[in-house]
Amino acid sequence: MYNLLIGGAAGQGIDTTAAILEMLLKKSGYNVFTSRDFMSRIRGGHNFSLIRFGTEIIKSHSNRLDGIIALNNETVEIHKTELNPKGFILCDAKIDSDDHRTIKIDMEGIAKKIGNPKVAGTVAIGAVLKLFSEKIDSVKDVLKSFVKADYLDVNIEAITEGFDVAENRFPHLKGKFSDHMILSGNNALTLGAIASGLKFYSAYPMSPSTSIMEYLASKGVEMDIVVEQAEDEIAAINMAIGASFAGARAMTGTSGGGFSLMVEGLGLSGMTEIPLVVVDAQRPGPVTGFPTRTEQSDLKFVISASQGEFPRMVIALRHHEDAFYQTIRAFNIAEKYQIPVIILTDQYLADASATIKPFELDDIDIINPAGKKDYDGEYLRYKLTKDGVSPRLIPGKSRNFVTADSDEHDECGWITESADMRIKMMDKRMIKLDKLKLELQEPEFIGPESFDILLLGWGSTYGPIKEAVEILNKGYGKKPNLKFSALVFGDVYPLPQKLLKEKAAKASRIVNVEQNATGQLAGLIREHTGIECTSNILKYDGRQISGEEIADRAMEVSFK
Amino acid sequence: MSKHTFNIQHETAWCPGCGNFSILDCLKTALEELDKDPYEILMVAGIGQAAKTPQYIDSNYFCGLHGRALPAAAAAKIANDTLTVIINTGDGDSYGEGGNHFLHNIRRNVDITHFVHDNQVYGLTKGQSSPTTDEGQVMDVQVDGNIIEPLNPVLTAIAAGAGFVARAFSGNKVHLVSMMKQAIEYKGYALVDIFQPCVSFNKVNTFAYYNQRVYELDDRYNSGNKTAALVKAMEHGDKIPIGVIYKESKKTYHQKNSVLKNGGPLLDRKTKPAEIGKLIKEFI
Repeated sequence: MYNLLIGGAAGQGIDTTAAILEMLLKKSGYNVFTSRDFMSRIRGGHNFSLIRFGTEIIKSHSNRLDGIIALNNETVEIHKTELNPKGFILCDAKIDSDDHRTIKIDMEGIAKKIGNPKVAGTVAIGAVLKLFSEKIDSVKDVLKSFVKADYLDVNIEAITEGFDVAENRFPHLKGKFSDHMILSGNNALTLGAIASGLKFYSAYPMSPSTSIMEYLASKGVEMDIVVEQAEDEIAAINMAIGASFAGARAMTGTSGGGFSLMVEGLGLSGMTEIPLVVVDAQRPGPVTGFPTRTEQSDLKFVISASQGEFPRMVIALRHHEDAFYQTIRAFNIAEKYQIPVIILTDQYLADASATIKPFELDDIDIINPAGKKDYDGEYLRYKLTKDGVSPRLIPGKSRNFVTADSDEHDECGWITESADMRIKMMDKRMIKLDKLKLELQEPEFIGPESFDILLLGWGSTYGPIKEAVEILNKGYGKKPNLKFSALVFGDVYPLPQKLLKEKAAKASRIVNVEQNATGQLAGLIREHTGIECTSNILKYDGRQISGEEIADRAMEVSFK
Repeated sequence: MSKHTFNIQHETAWCPGCGNFSILDCLKTALEELDKDPYEILMVAGIGQAAKTPQYIDSNYFCGLHGRALPAAAAAKIANDTLTVIINTGDGDSYGEGGNHFLHNIRRNVDITHFVHDNQVYGLTKGQSSPTTDEGQVMDVQVDGNIIEPLNPVLTAIAAGAGFVARAFSGNKVHLVSMMKQAIEYKGYALVDIFQPCVSFNKVNTFAYYNQRVYELDDRYNSGNKTAALVKAMEHGDKIPIGVIYKESKKTYHQKNSVLKNGGPLLDRKTKPAEIGKLIKEFI
């Protein structure tokens, strides 16, 4: 496995360079995982992408580097301590690096020579391909989807020039992933929404959720999806609810700050029993926090957001497969139970690319929005039923009136102040929480059946935790006899408890691994099961924890 | 005579003498005269006394959040343009809590009709100033008199680019029905700001107050001249004009949106698995 860092200032094209390189490596057969670390600015600063590639499945990043591709001095200064002794620093001739591992190429000179100073980064791609003994014959096909036709030739020339001035250093490893997809978490989520029959998406731009709206907009005409940039997040959620009420499958997405504004709308979906899917792509808060960085600190917030009590479901995405399949499941559950379903992702997963099997569409069942049929006798939109789910019709599609009221209402949807009806309606809505428990998916168990330490996590720390379990069980440190396993939750609310109780009973220590300061999952588990975590590994610096970091810290807390 | 009636037997929560009664009557008459099918009407409201109107008329309805009627209404129309979408809600709801949505739904220009029951007071919370309360008026909270200048919704709407802006008075029912019918038939966002006395909490802007001041615009007034309309909208003292203050034909959201302008109602369009397969291939 190899691990490369491409770094430079905002505006130097780090993102595009990484995107082209990851696709070329994937096409060559590698499994590629790219994470993105960037600052909240348009020009300058220090941004980087980590491209990890190999012949096995890769689910997380690593900070131990085999190569640095530096587009500015700062990249060398900040990252050279992370570089493997046999690694390389590939940079422009102008960059000031006296490190013996440096390979200098006159990228700017080459770019100028071929007529476009902006392709200096593309020269680096050519050089990297040569270093890793790749071929460049398929470069044109890949470049076509990243650069405009007018710039295709100059970019191909840049790659060829870079390729010619470098030398083979690392052997090509034969992987079997060329027929896989490579895509970001947000793109996988968006594809899931499209596959669910999404017809309306309203949102207000906010990192790291914006790429959902952008990808949908680019496919709007092709897929018959209206994407509306709302005036604020309050409008965004109320529009999504209005569209869903009227029969178009709808979703809204935001980050924690926008979700804060959506909170009353969430309650509206719960009260009026209008299906709704809301994406919260988390970033560090409170308020503006770290706009472009990652955290898992909205769990308790989204579980209890909005006044009063109503049923909801919260699904945390663990990886790119989840992003697609769980989004489809979110739509189905929202429709089946007529409730809001919240999808929790975060900047790490939203922006990271992974190599995965093409999504299977054959096995997918989509529960379509309410039927059009007429009802015999009186139609009651909020009919009291055993499972709490009433017949949902679409206004204008039958000879029945469809109603919604944010006030407490009777079976017709009329305002009521009756104590008796209040209890009946509350019970009808809340019973859905019990029914939801039958839908729950247990957390994924990772590691040996017989273990000493149980790690607990949720969402995007899945990849790092999985890697940590492998590192720890390979005989890490001084006590190799200790065995580690892990449970990583996708469904977080209602909380699945069966496997947790079973595994917790076998553990000598339970350690929660979370990307927040208070251990929110541990708190939730304690509230619902009484199970206490022995110690925790928490990180809230805005940077995703790596497998190595979890392994190091797991060893520390395991012997306290 | 219409095929349909919109009557419903339901006790209202309004005070005797409330302007809402005549607004409700006029709305039913307007819908009947336009020969609308109740099952194709979607009444939308926020929260407040005016916002209870949908409960008292035989139709589909969506009574959502305070101030948020417009976004929900616009999206429902985007989802299904065969619905006639009508918003009935108050001045506090439309211009206060929902002020941002008021501005931006004018810009959005979805084909929806917005009837604002403007009684210049907060009724449901029992007597605080609203965005249209006159300066100096003593209220429950504004104990020294309201020191904030009132918003002129008609002027604001024209300035923001609305294509149909009218003013009416609940005490002139024939005129109000006419305004409502024109607004419903207008293609695009249409606003009718309807003066309405609040008998319980506004002792200044009474039936007599409005009745003495309002006058109907006649044929000599050209509602297609924006500059003249802005001047007319500012006429707000001893004499207040009622009628269509400004009207212009504009392209609607549906006519401009590249997804909506071709093909049928959005909710009837099916996502094809083959198309999704194509999107998946783009990542391989």
